[in-house]
Amino acid sequence: MTNSPSNALDIVGVRKSYGSLQALKGVEFSIPRGEFFGLLGPNGAGKSTLISIIAGLVQADVGQIAVLGHDTVGDFRHARRLLGVVPQELVFDPFFKVRDMLRIQAGYYGAGREVWPWIDEMLERLDLTSKANTSMRALSGGMKRRVLIAQALVHKPPVVILDEPTAGVDVELRRTLWQFMSDLHRQGQTVVLTTHYLEEAQEMCSRIAILDRGEVKALESTRQLLRRHPFRFLRVKLAGNAALPEALRELVASESDGSIELKLETGKHPIGSVFDALRDAGVAIEDVQTRDPDLEDIFVELTR
Amino acid sequence: MTPNQRGFVTLLKKEVMRFWAVLGQTVTAPVITALLYLLVFAQALSGRASAYDGISYTEFLVPGLIMMTVMQNAFANTSSSLIQSKVMGNLVFLQMAPLGPWEWFAAYVLAALVRCVLVASAMFIATLFFVPLPVHQPLAILAMFLLSAGSLAVVGLIAGIVSQKFDHIAAFTNFFINPLAFLSGVFYSVHALPPFWYTASHLNPFFYMIDGFRFGFFGHADVPILHSIAWSAGFFALASAVCMRMLITGYKMKR
Repeated sequence: MTNSPSNALDIVGVRKSYGSLQALKGVEFSIPRGEFFGLLGPNGAGKSTLISIIAGLVQADVGQIAVLGHDTVGDFRHARRLLGVVPQELVFDPFFKVRDMLRIQAGYYGAGREVWPWIDEMLERLDLTSKANTSMRALSGGMKRRVLIAQALVHKPPVVILDEPTAGVDVELRRTLWQFMSDLHRQGQTVVLTTHYLEEAQEMCSRIAILDRGEVKALESTRQLLRRHPFRFLRVKLAGNAALPEALRELVASESDGSIELKLETGKHPIGSVFDALRDAGVAIEDVQTRDPDLEDIFVELTR
Repeated sequence: MTPNQRGFVTLLKKEVMRFWAVLGQTVTAPVITALLYLLVFAQALSGRASAYDGISYTEFLVPGLIMMTVMQNAFANTSSSLIQSKVMGNLVFLQMAPLGPWEWFAAYVLAALVRCVLVASAMFIATLFFVPLPVHQPLAILAMFLLSAGSLAVVGLIAGIVSQKFDHIAAFTNFFINPLAFLSGVFYSVHALPPFWYTASHLNPFFYMIDGFRFGFFGHADVPILHSIAWSAGFFALASAVCMRMLITGYKMKR
């Protein structure tokens, strides 16, 4: 295995099965230091299994993972000190108050009073200062989510993995978290994000891996990924709700509110040919819009 | 302090804070229960001859009750902490931390010992009002206390590792800990038992823990103190080896 300290994460040939189910089928990729990386995939793709193996919660059957060059099994102490993971589930210890919990978490990583000012800073940035002396069990779901993020960052890890941090949170908190993640990245931290909000990944991640059924289906920069889709979309609203000519029916991607979205393959279906077909059929156009494919279209295409 | 040492101390402190936060349940309640046993049995069997000359039945009863309570609480501390963390899901914070198997083991067992010191001290002081106990060999008392509480803390840790829900811990308590504790000679001398149960008692490690502890107070016991120490140390070593193996391999902890 070539563990490069210039890579935040090196994942080499990782396989994991649960009985007959192959959750990961030889996953392999690296994430350079300082990257904002998106790990996407449908439910059951193997994202959480991979993150759990990186975090030390699950043992891989085969393969190796290194965090900044430190093997997560053979040199687990080093690797874990360099890593902060925000788990997907809203888990908490009901015995403790927020600030106490964060200090305890820092202690596990060998950090003492020197990180207390950082803990207070995080509490402030995550709007938790007023809850610092509140019991964990008395917090709302959104507040617990913020504490989970603070817990993952309490030892100032250079590599942070956020497993669906914005799942089930309101719009305001989602924006707060986006801002917080962007700030972390600007400060030089490597951020790995898994999310089902694809616009979030498209907006924030510079590179994306799409995982499906335990395999990496795509691993490219977000820009390349968006370019690789040889389609564009044309939405037309036909006058008098006229029917689409038979020749165009195979291009329909979706229909809603009386308008029809057509998926046009670049080079094969010029927009002009659509207009020609409509004109030849005597159908008048009331409104027309075009759009480039977004990450969701790519995602659907790759994980179909 | 190295980062590893600080991690261990933090886990130990957290485990102590956990039972400290519910001191009424973890220390006061077991002490009251044990005192109720003492009141009832001492009243009901006050006329009964003691196993040892010059020692009343109530005196005989107290060290056994202290040790039984200590053992039950050592087991409860580690097992309940681990199963609560598993069920609540917050065990992941520990599993993702750079803590090794030895740090887990030592922190959980030492925290249980701290609770047991509080329970035993409270019981010893409370029973002084009923019957003052002699202290024949303090070192024997200390050795048996550490070996017994340590052993049951380790067994509790094993139970916590193996269990996936509270029911499993209850099964451990009801079908393993309580029968062995009640059949260990807390309330009687094994010399008073029929031959079969007399022999069976000598296969119960809890019997040696209680008998050795009692020796520290009276200088009398059913078996020589070295037998009790050897059995207790052997049990502690065996349980620790099993527990460490589980922690190192991630048995039932890592999927």
